[in-house]
Amino acid sequence: MTVMDPRDVFHQEARELLDQLEEALLDLGNASDDRDLVDCAFRALHTIKGSGSMFGFDEVAGFVHEFETAFDRVRKGSVAISPPLVQVALAAKDHIARLIAEPGRHVADGEAILKNLRAIVSNDEGSDSGDTFPLAGGRVAAADPSPVQTPVQTWRVKFRLAENALVLGANPLLLLDELRELGPCEVRVKTDAVPPLESTDPEVCYLDWEVVVTTNRDRQAIDDVFIFIADGMELSIETVAADAADAADAPAADKAATAKVVEIDKPRDSAGAGAKGGTSVRVAAERLDELMDRVGELVIAQARLSQLAVASDDANLKSVAEEMERLASGLRDTTMGIRMVPIGSLFGRFRRLVHDLSRDLDKEVDFVTAGEETELDKTVIERLADPLVHLIRNSIDHGLEVPSRRIAAGKAARGQVRLSAVHTGSEVAISIVDDGAGLNADRIRAKAEEAGLIAPDAKVADHDLFQMVFHPGFSTAKEITALSGRGVGMDVVKRTIEGLRGRIDLGSRPGGGTTVTLRLPLTLAIIEGMLVRVGRGRYSIPLSAVEECVELPRDAEAANSGRNFLNIRGHLVPFLRLRELFKTRAAIEPHQKVVIVSAGESRVGLVVDQVIGNSQTVIKSLSKLHADVETFSGATILGDGTVALILDVAHLVNFGQEFENRLRDERIGRAA
Amino acid sequence: MNIGIQSNHADRAMTALTLRLQDEVFAIDAESVREILDVVPISDVPNAKAFVGGLINVRGRIVPLADLRLLFGMDRPPPDVNTRIVVIEVDLDGEPTIVAILADRVLDVTEIEAATIEEAPKIGMRWRPEYVRGIGKRGDEFIIIPNMGKIFTLEDG
Repeated sequence: MTVMDPRDVFHQEARELLDQLEEALLDLGNASDDRDLVDCAFRALHTIKGSGSMFGFDEVAGFVHEFETAFDRVRKGSVAISPPLVQVALAAKDHIARLIAEPGRHVADGEAILKNLRAIVSNDEGSDSGDTFPLAGGRVAAADPSPVQTPVQTWRVKFRLAENALVLGANPLLLLDELRELGPCEVRVKTDAVPPLESTDPEVCYLDWEVVVTTNRDRQAIDDVFIFIADGMELSIETVAADAADAADAPAADKAATAKVVEIDKPRDSAGAGAKGGTSVRVAAERLDELMDRVGELVIAQARLSQLAVASDDANLKSVAEEMERLASGLRDTTMGIRMVPIGSLFGRFRRLVHDLSRDLDKEVDFVTAGEETELDKTVIERLADPLVHLIRNSIDHGLEVPSRRIAAGKAARGQVRLSAVHTGSEVAISIVDDGAGLNADRIRAKAEEAGLIAPDAKVADHDLFQMVFHPGFSTAKEITALSGRGVGMDVVKRTIEGLRGRIDLGSRPGGGTTVTLRLPLTLAIIEGMLVRVGRGRYSIPLSAVEECVELPRDAEAANSGRNFLNIRGHLVPFLRLRELFKTRAAIEPHQKVVIVSAGESRVGLVVDQVIGNSQTVIKSLSKLHADVETFSGATILGDGTVALILDVAHLVNFGQEFENRLRDERIGRAA
Repeated sequence: MNIGIQSNHADRAMTALTLRLQDEVFAIDAESVREILDVVPISDVPNAKAFVGGLINVRGRIVPLADLRLLFGMDRPPPDVNTRIVVIEVDLDGEPTIVAILADRVLDVTEIEAATIEEAPKIGMRWRPEYVRGIGKRGDEFIIIPNMGKIFTLEDG
């Protein structure tokens, strides 16, 4: 596992670079004159070309080279960015992805794309350079045409390479050569940072350079020299007033005289994934999973140690156990932190989807995202991709109306789909909100009746009615999709979300749009749990669901009273006896406790025999053989090595309801 | 059912772990056996199918514990000194899954000649024929070769 196939590395890297490219292109579609974005796209292209040819993807390298050449005009600023250009660039990006995925198959398609690109690029240039065309005149000012001729100017360029630049293959000599090509240069090197010989690391670059270059090219040309090594380097470029150029011998003194265009270039591609390059390491996902498993086992072992320490009189053991507990929980938090990924990485993928859908369906869509920085366990994020694609597609395809109808309904012609994520307690809520027509409750009702899901005259709240769309097979038929406004396979979405221990809420206002909210637990791996005992069995209740614990009043202890609710500070709280639900055979114990948990909007008490205490709960999923037992979301191993089940509060409450209904029906049946 | 075994292993014997459940000897393909444990604390899973009503901790892994005696209509006396837990790997819909089964007593590892394995008779058996992959013979004794994959997938549905 430690040896990775270099081609896999390339595949992975290429995928990230292509994402980066796509994002830059889409951004360019919105803000067409952002130079940083063009550079970002260009860097991604260049890196793909380089590593492509290194790993033998010659077709890729060849195509990208051609693409780059054509795109270069854009970078030089001689061609303005237009929607058709972005379109063809996106097509090219897709083509590159295909070339990488299936080498040797799609070569022919590439020519067409390049032809399109060249046509757009040269057309544009034609109109731009033809200053005499009165129509095109406005554009010229924005994008200064071809070989940039600026007055001769002197620049002072100070740069210091990132420490690891040499390891990564940068060659400062080549940079200096490139600067020399721009015009007459004076190069100074600063050696202040060079350590004594014995502590010199030959692979670290200790030198600073200061180059005074006089050139007729503009600043962009100087920037371009450093474009591919910008990550982590320090770069400052300032103009030197013409008369001060001679005074360059005294750098400190002439500072005041120089024009103040000082700018320290931080890692410049704030938009792209490249920004991570500075101090981050690429780690295979399986290793993280493995790390998490190990930490899980450590937490379990540590719990055993703590238990031993409590039982022992040895003060040393106790102190070691405490130390271990602190370390283990720190390690656990760090490890979980590593697995947390901002959801923005996922949101980025949908921009292309929205872009393509809005073009294919002829609907104008504003795609708004919020809360990109919200972090979620990476496994959760990966598994969310498909359901979200589905929901977004639904929103645009079936939710949003065509522009003409929107205008008729008094809405703006452009529809909006808003994707947002936010932390709420121990959950993350992800909402997809559209301002379309909303769900059609009557149609759903008709369909549900037809399918025999509800009785024709049954009174069903809208909320419950909407849940019908998650019913398997409910929406499979094409015409129903169009009618009901929700697409194929919502049951799959629901299953995936429930597989992640999450929930889906669906809300809709006729004519006002639809809101789908996914609520997901923060992590799949470790939770804080409250350990309780019912009969002989021990169970962990997620602490995030627990509100309080109270003693079961004496008068409620008798099992057969007709009502099962408590008065908690004036509020009515129903309770479920877990020993009944779990069919525990052991004798009822006195002094039972009630753990009040919140299940969705309501509060429910769970009657247990004993509250043992809080514990770190490493969640292990149950095998397929227990897939039918919905009341448990998983199991965990306790300090003494035994297994405790983790309660799934929402499902448990549902189960309890059904259980009571059954019990009541039986009772009534017997009475009748 | 047993055609597969015979065609696959026609030229060689089946190496099997034999174990006793009540009065019957069962043989489990030795290759699928991961380990044999003494009885460990068993946690009940309320409302699960009785056949897989328990969970055990096998060195940090939570493993469902199945009791074949239930499927084969046998008594279920409490564990004694001879009771063992056999941890095996079963293919559930193409997914290798670790499960544990209870054994009243683990006997030995033995070779069962392929030629002696016969298809389970359709009559003369109280058990569902799908559960039995074949009946082997050792001396005068019959050995039941259960079809673990079927047992767990059928009981799953």
